[in-house]
Amino acid sequence: MKTRSFKGGVHPAGGKEMSSGSQIVRLEPKGELIFPMLQHIGAPATPAVKPGDRVLLGSVIGRASGFVSCNIISSVSGTVKRVEPIDNGAGTMIESVVIESDSEYEAVEGFGDPRDYDRLSKDEIRRIISEAGLVGMGGAGFPTSVKLAVKDDSLIDYVIVNGAECEPYITCDHRLMLERTEKAVLGLKILLRLFENAKGVFAVENNKPDAIGALGEAVRGSKRMYVQPLKTKYPQGGERVVVNAVTGRRLSSKKLPSELGCVVVNLATVAAVADAVAYSTPLVSRIVTVTGEDIKEPSNFEVPLGTATGELVEAAGGFLEPPKKIILGGPMMGSSVSGLNVPVTKTTSCILCLKNDGAAAKEPSACIRCGRCLDVCPERLMPAKLKALADRFDYGGFENLGGLECIGCGSCTYICPAKRRLSQSITAAKRQVLADKRAAAQKRSLEPSGGKEGEK
Amino acid sequence: MSQLYNVSLSPHIRAKDTTRGIMLDVLIALLPPMATGVYIFGIRALFITLLSVASCVGWELLYEKLLGLKVTVGDLSAAVTGMILAMNLYSSAPWWLPVLGGGFAVVVVKCLFGGLGQNFMNPALAARCFLLISFPKLMTAYPAVDGVSGATPLAVIKDGGSVPLMTLLIGNHSGTIGETSALAILIGALYLIIRGVIRIRIPAVVILSSALFIAGFGFIKGDAVTPELILSHILGGGLLAGAVFMATDYVTAPVTGWGQVIYAALIGFLTAFIRLFGGSAEGMSYAIIISNLLTPLIEKLTAPRPFGLEKKEAAR
Repeated sequence: MKTRSFKGGVHPAGGKEMSSGSQIVRLEPKGELIFPMLQHIGAPATPAVKPGDRVLLGSVIGRASGFVSCNIISSVSGTVKRVEPIDNGAGTMIESVVIESDSEYEAVEGFGDPRDYDRLSKDEIRRIISEAGLVGMGGAGFPTSVKLAVKDDSLIDYVIVNGAECEPYITCDHRLMLERTEKAVLGLKILLRLFENAKGVFAVENNKPDAIGALGEAVRGSKRMYVQPLKTKYPQGGERVVVNAVTGRRLSSKKLPSELGCVVVNLATVAAVADAVAYSTPLVSRIVTVTGEDIKEPSNFEVPLGTATGELVEAAGGFLEPPKKIILGGPMMGSSVSGLNVPVTKTTSCILCLKNDGAAAKEPSACIRCGRCLDVCPERLMPAKLKALADRFDYGGFENLGGLECIGCGSCTYICPAKRRLSQSITAAKRQVLADKRAAAQKRSLEPSGGKEGEK
Repeated sequence: MSQLYNVSLSPHIRAKDTTRGIMLDVLIALLPPMATGVYIFGIRALFITLLSVASCVGWELLYEKLLGLKVTVGDLSAAVTGMILAMNLYSSAPWWLPVLGGGFAVVVVKCLFGGLGQNFMNPALAARCFLLISFPKLMTAYPAVDGVSGATPLAVIKDGGSVPLMTLLIGNHSGTIGETSALAILIGALYLIIRGVIRIRIPAVVILSSALFIAGFGFIKGDAVTPELILSHILGGGLLAGAVFMATDYVTAPVTGWGQVIYAALIGFLTAFIRLFGGSAEGMSYAIIISNLLTPLIEKLTAPRPFGLEKKEAAR
């Protein structure tokens, strides 16, 4: 099949070869497990346990606190030690449940029981996925139940499984596609039950020919599923980018994928759908790539959620020398953390350990207007202009120039020869504009009817 | 307390290219035409070139030291300005001409407007035009080539004569230091394109549009428009050097794709207009700096519509 792609983008050095040959190894946690109540986009979950409570593998320890929220489920059996705010590694305190495992893995009733998904109704499938605490496991963490709740199921004609894995270094989805091909296909089959008119597409970058081959073999003869190879280019796995590559349709901040007939689900999430629906196993573990120039034996581990990241680094042979920077996720969009006491969460695809912090060493200098940021922007924005507007707090101009369309992929900052922090400024301004909008909407809703104060 | 790792916003990696690297590439690309110039016009051409580069770098250093600013000569942009200024001077120029020109280019056009990236005109070309207006005699004193004091090819053409195309291609004729050899300039252009410093878009459209308008205006004037005449216009004089090294200046050209096409077409139009209807044989320098002035407007009019937005959704 013809390889598809998009206009713009960058080619950051891969680093995937370090861990792409490492088979997934199951790891048991040794120390305490930490479960932040916010591992997703939306409202934090409400702790459902208190210190001293005994929990089982599969117990709900955090309850979704609204429509856009998500359950948090215990990945071990043991005792709740504390419920308190804990630093997420970047300075934000998040309410978290700390559990001491008894290493027994005593599970709640029915955990792991096989289930015939063909006999379940759509509502039952959706309820199971919602209860299981599924989110987009590529990094964004958008609750899957919300994603699947579209206005009209029959209008969806594409269910796209995002296996692009376009970030450098990360190989967890690659290994999953190779080693658990059937599970990924099963997950997609279950999702296709929800959308009767949809085709199921595995979208995979062509730097993983073995994965494309394995999936192609598994869906051979299927009328509803196929594999779409994509060109290896960052940010090929961005939602708007992948939808455009597969269907030619064009999303924006003003259009949800479902409005254009598409549902996009991360590959690891699709495997988790299979676990939840067909094997009664909610989201309690995930595959994490531990890699980087500073890791002795780059590896792929399957670990219970909540395991301290330090334990994974240790299991990968530890550091070669004291690292400068630790990144959870990929180097383009991942977040750096100040220490290794933070846990693996639903969105931790990778623990990347770097000897040098090359980015920090580079002082920004004046913009020479080379236009490269414009050439690489997948959203066809003018990053240099947006940064200038953002830096002088001209939020009106920022919005007019399409600043809110930024997907934060960081390609502009990556490519800039003057090492200017373009996407950082743009992201900050975007957050401010959105916060202002929310505040204005709230103010309007509080005012007596007809509230007019000279606003447009 | 355990060691804390660096925390910063993503992305955490950067591409290798730097401003200095790009400027260095431009300097390398300028070597073939400048070396050819030295070969044709002798050691005096080398002296003028080095003086021009030293003057531009020196003025920037002096300005930044005097004002207590961060010294930025390491980015090599002043050196590029010096090279391009020298490219546009005759080797017969007195020594103080590049010194004065360098000062105008760097201090007046660049530094006073905020330094690299903020100048609204190509500094070297603005300096050339400044010198041309202030010292017309000195700036049009053609040096002798092979002992023959000849006019530049464009002056010959303006007077109804013709110059063999082979001569134009190789460059053994009168002209400014860096503009004479079309072949050397094309080698430089090829290097810049291969290195990804420039795209072919601006030079190609400048050349195409010049050719078109020269033919059109020649027809209106009633000149005998022949392929030789058009080729002589493109290869003789500063058109090629301007199209490759000056019209492509990042700072003063539009960044948008269609903007670059419009801007380059405008340069071609103005060059043809000045050459065929104006008083001087040359027209490239003025054409470029006038188009530089229109860059912000062109950019505004050709800003791309963000991906996925409908016309009505994209506010302007």
